[in-house]
Amino acid sequence: MSERSIISISNVSKYFGPVRAVDGLSLEIQRGEFFSLLGPSGCGKTTLLRMLAGFEWPTKGEIFIDGQPMAAVPPHQRPVNMVFQNYAIFPHLNVRQNIAYGLRKAKLTQAETARKVNETLDMIKLSGYGLRAADELSGGERQRVALARALIKQPKVLLLDEPLGALDKKLREEMQLELRALQKTVGITFVFVTHDQEEALTMSDRVAVMSAGKVLQIDSPTQLYEAPVNQEVAGFIGNMNFFDGLVRAIKDGRATVDVGPLGEIHALVNGPHVSVGAAVTVAVRPEKITSFSAPPNTEANVVQGVLDKTAYFGDRSHLYIRIEGLEKPIAVVAHNVARELEGSGDLNRPVWLSWPAEAVVLLPSE
Amino acid sequence: MAERVAPVPAPVGKVRLGLTTRLRAVTLRSEPIRGYALLSPTLGLMILALALPIGLLITFSFWTQVYLDFDRSFTFGRYIKFFTNTEYSKFFESWYWISLALAIPLFVPAFPWKRRLGALLIVGYPAIAFYLIGLSVEKAIYPMLLWKSIKISGAVTLATVVLAYPMAYFIAFHVKKNKLIWLILITVPFWTSYLLRVFAWKIILGYNGVFNSGLMSLGLIEEPFMFLLYSQFAVVLTLAHAWAAFAILPIYVSLEKIDRSLLEAATDLGDGPVARFLRVTLPLSMPGVIAASLLVFIPTVGDYVTPNLVGGTTGIMIGNIIQSMFGKANNWPLGGASSVISMIAITALICAFLWLTKRMKRQIA
Repeated sequence: MSERSIISISNVSKYFGPVRAVDGLSLEIQRGEFFSLLGPSGCGKTTLLRMLAGFEWPTKGEIFIDGQPMAAVPPHQRPVNMVFQNYAIFPHLNVRQNIAYGLRKAKLTQAETARKVNETLDMIKLSGYGLRAADELSGGERQRVALARALIKQPKVLLLDEPLGALDKKLREEMQLELRALQKTVGITFVFVTHDQEEALTMSDRVAVMSAGKVLQIDSPTQLYEAPVNQEVAGFIGNMNFFDGLVRAIKDGRATVDVGPLGEIHALVNGPHVSVGAAVTVAVRPEKITSFSAPPNTEANVVQGVLDKTAYFGDRSHLYIRIEGLEKPIAVVAHNVARELEGSGDLNRPVWLSWPAEAVVLLPSE
Repeated sequence: MAERVAPVPAPVGKVRLGLTTRLRAVTLRSEPIRGYALLSPTLGLMILALALPIGLLITFSFWTQVYLDFDRSFTFGRYIKFFTNTEYSKFFESWYWISLALAIPLFVPAFPWKRRLGALLIVGYPAIAFYLIGLSVEKAIYPMLLWKSIKISGAVTLATVVLAYPMAYFIAFHVKKNKLIWLILITVPFWTSYLLRVFAWKIILGYNGVFNSGLMSLGLIEEPFMFLLYSQFAVVLTLAHAWAAFAILPIYVSLEKIDRSLLEAATDLGDGPVARFLRVTLPLSMPGVIAASLLVFIPTVGDYVTPNLVGGTTGIMIGNIIQSMFGKANNWPLGGASSVISMIAITALICAFLWLTKRMKRQIA
């Protein structure tokens, strides 16, 4: 356990009967960072968060918060607070009473409580809302109240359980930026659970990608996206084209990989698993591929295929290119720079794809 | 190029619709009409079986019994009779106190409604009113019986709700599967007749009953307890047992509806189990508690079977008197007046109760 970590999870497991929700997991969360637990539903991220809050107890392993073992600390005595997925606003109390709920133990005078509540209301930009009943609030407002109610207690760690999941897309994006700014202002460590990879990438200092109760990779958003450690992470964060290949030769830190139907693909050596004769998975992000309607004159990787189908998203289109001998078509993101009203052309026309060696990630074969 | 869509031509003249079509259109459009349509059979039955008898009762109460016939001229005589059966002057003197007691809430808004004072008044006002009403009905037999019935039913309600709450809480929060079986088990006492259940208590509480003979054979007591049967205690116990399910079910429903994450949120914000119960669980289950209280209180005030069987002379209630007025005493107008006064008293009490719980909720919050 390092000096800087506020939360230290050491070899923690949680079994629900035969189900291993969390399986021998260890990780450290640094003081003041915005840390996300990212994974598909059922990967154990919420269970882990609930163990931090004290609502679930680990079957095995130890959790330390600010250096203190949590094995015998009940939830109402932990130095953490939580923002619940459905916000859990008390329906019988108004906004002020909700926010002041946790101050009971602090034994403040009425004036002090009122001042603190006012400050917090200002912070979440709901100054005029103090006397509103809980059911008069919109989703975004409820979310702010839940946040204020937890932050007013000045916890060492704030736990957030998919707090933006119930909001519509526009509001969610707004709240993402706001939450991020708020976290920087108050300086409290945030542990944020989400299944939305974009959300995790936008907001976090570091992200732990979880699957089946285990952590697959803990890294900064850019590292996760550009240098995933295996296919599962690569596939979960954004989209990725995968091809199976064999490393034929390595020269000056560049590998030549034989990918049957695509021919030879050039890539950078990015780890010890890339050695001559090794089976690897070649991974390329769709937006790193450029499509041409004539053979390009370039030294980068070039393959030829046929346009299989397109999907229009307004700012961009997804093209799917069928390649002879390849099971899945290759996905390509084309940014709609020009204002074309006719769409991206006939299906079944020949297309050339190209991407530089730097765009390729070589993953260990599975 | 996008095609320009030509506007649809407006229909020429009005389209004539058939009567059934128009009726259906009206019904489909109006939520209240559909509601009343659904309600109409029940509503009809209610009017026939409830409003009509009550109307008759009220009519009777303004008549006078003349041997086997009625004097049908309008009079308040039966109402006066109800209050003045004995010691006329004593009762009307004490009305002075009663009106004072009942007027207290009228002065309340004049004071600054401070937290402490409010709490004091909420506890203090019913206590004062309770004492004054008791004082004023002391010597008038019918008001005294009505007051006693209200007190017994109050005790029954309190006992039932206090005992039912943990049961409902247990089923709502601690039974994980087969909740239905538990709920069915609660209704098991209803599988035997009400009379049989009352008689069962007679066997348990009697002079030579299960309880007394058990204690005697254990050598714990020398003489059987006399207060067990034919007492207010027996009435309270029997009624509480009989009405337990009516209290458990509404409380269970209101507890079951509480979002579990609210309880977790309260814990997360630093409340231990007791504080959490008082600040979240109890206020949120108040609708159930109120429903349970009313469901138990209202029918038990008028009960006359249980007091008749296990109440003895001290456990007699207003229901017994009303029953005898319509029976042996053959004075339907006085019976009607007594019923109407009971109804008014119960309605007033319930309004006071609802007002108090509303105030109380605000105080706790």
